[in-house]
Amino acid sequence: MKAIHVDSITKEFDGVTAVDDLSFAVERGELFGLLGPNGAGKSTLINMLVTLLPPSSGTASVNGHDIRSERGAVRSSIGIVFQEPALDEELTGAENLAFHSRLYGQNRAERAERIDEVLALVGLSAERDDPVGTYSGGMKRRLEIARGLLHEPAVLFLDEPTVGLDVRTRRDTWEYIQRLNEEAGVSIVLTTHYIEEADHLCDRVAIVDDGDIVAMDSPSALKASLGGDVVALEFVSDDDPTALFDQLEGQSWSREYTASDDGVRVTVDDVDARIADLVRLADDTGIRISSVDLREPTLENVFLELTDRSAAGSDRNGAAGDQTVMASGDQTGTALESGDDRSSAVSTEDQP
Amino acid sequence: MKLVDPQAIYGLWLRDTKRFLRSPSRIVGSLAMPLLFLVFMGFGFQGAAIPGLPEDVDYLQYLVPGIVGFTMLFGASFAGLSILADQDVGFLKEILVAPVSRTSIVLGRIAGGSTTALVQALLILGLSIPLGFAPVSLLSLPIAAIFLVLLAITFVGFGIALASQFSDSEGFGLIVQFVIFPLFFLSGALYPLEGLPSSVRYLAYANPLTYGVDGLRGVLVGTSSFSVWLDLGALVVSSAAMVAIGAALFQRVEAV
Repeated sequence: MKAIHVDSITKEFDGVTAVDDLSFAVERGELFGLLGPNGAGKSTLINMLVTLLPPSSGTASVNGHDIRSERGAVRSSIGIVFQEPALDEELTGAENLAFHSRLYGQNRAERAERIDEVLALVGLSAERDDPVGTYSGGMKRRLEIARGLLHEPAVLFLDEPTVGLDVRTRRDTWEYIQRLNEEAGVSIVLTTHYIEEADHLCDRVAIVDDGDIVAMDSPSALKASLGGDVVALEFVSDDDPTALFDQLEGQSWSREYTASDDGVRVTVDDVDARIADLVRLADDTGIRISSVDLREPTLENVFLELTDRSAAGSDRNGAAGDQTVMASGDQTGTALESGDDRSSAVSTEDQP
Repeated sequence: MKLVDPQAIYGLWLRDTKRFLRSPSRIVGSLAMPLLFLVFMGFGFQGAAIPGLPEDVDYLQYLVPGIVGFTMLFGASFAGLSILADQDVGFLKEILVAPVSRTSIVLGRIAGGSTTALVQALLILGLSIPLGFAPVSLLSLPIAAIFLVLLAITFVGFGIALASQFSDSEGFGLIVQFVIFPLFFLSGALYPLEGLPSSVRYLAYANPLTYGVDGLRGVLVGTSSFSVWLDLGALVVSSAAMVAIGAALFQRVEAV
């Protein structure tokens, strides 16, 4: 039995399709990420899976229970941390947990034991009797994660769990999430628009854009799909790269090369071994190199690549349209002055 | 999911009660308006010739059951607002996603809202005694409590039913003013209904508060327009109906 099995689920709001005919499965014990821009349909998908929204068509099962016909069983087997905090700030941390425990039908002994356990897990034992209104943003998140785990769910949904948290708290939250997944064996579905979060945490990532899954694989496989690492060479003066290009043509490890403002960018296989060869070739042709910059493909490249492509493919307006314009502007490869040119570091011409 | 889940209902009740007890400003605020009505109208109209008022009954005696009923209307709006406030801060999702039937959720909220409304009503009743209010006998107080419980359930159920039709607390807050005051004025809380034109009087007969106020008056002051048993029966019906309507309408509430 899969943790989650989604079967051509669709959700429309007044003619706007938020989630478009999705089908996928999440394995038991898996840490599964839904990565996508704002408004991609991630939260709508989650809300359907947790029975807060009925699908327009299609269905899904969570922990073996159908989200349409067995809502009670689905609700008993899931824990949720919502995108927006959903705590009663006038109650204390422990009281929020006790409230939750009563709704989930735990008896008194179970309740006391589990509350102590989850509070210790997220490091809030000392603050258990403080009103939640006095908690910091990170503490509230941790309390919500504790609450999501209180009734020992089979599947835990985390909707943007680290939005609005500072870097340290985000790292700590990641640690909790990983520990939960490893130690408690909880299957976790996490939505995020932070790419490094998906890369760092998830066993498998589905990239969602415009209500559709445009790619689904492990982060490393997704990165590998972009093909090769990129080395940017900056030249001392306006040296002509043509000679270097001639040399590169004959090399098996060189996949692709383009001229940039003040140098070249070369996509190579096995960059650690070949970077020296590349520099030597440039040297042989008399080019003087002022800097070498190595960029390994990131999930962000994959993300931009895939979400751009689908944005360009469909006729959309608004923010998504702007994104298309920006990205295609980058891809002409004219502006490389800033360090933040990773989207342009990947040529889109001959992707596998 | 059991239709009626006692532990979940208790949890919801406990939360409402704790929240109420922890905010003294809420308690004082909820008492201020009825108390102002009681003091200014009670003394202002003292000795005035109000048509239909029994001759041997002082106006303050007549007014106190009406004002106690009035606090129940505040209980209604308060219960509705607390549901919408939960929606505003996202807490409603936490409740709606739990394996608890909507009926149990409504029952829990009615239990919590009724308790706070009941406490407010009893405080008003207690405060009216130093102002000169004298119940006919101490034995009447437990019977009055039954009326108060039924009134609380009726109007908290009403508040929840009404709130389920709104998605924001601002709209609800505006509308509820237009609902509360007609219910108040058309209940015989301030003056006997006999003085009203007959068409308006029939509207008052459809108002559960009419029977609540009349019943309280019958029990506490010893004068009533209807028999106390009729009042009691009407309130039992209205409270059952409001629980059912609240539960039915709440089924459709969506958290997102």
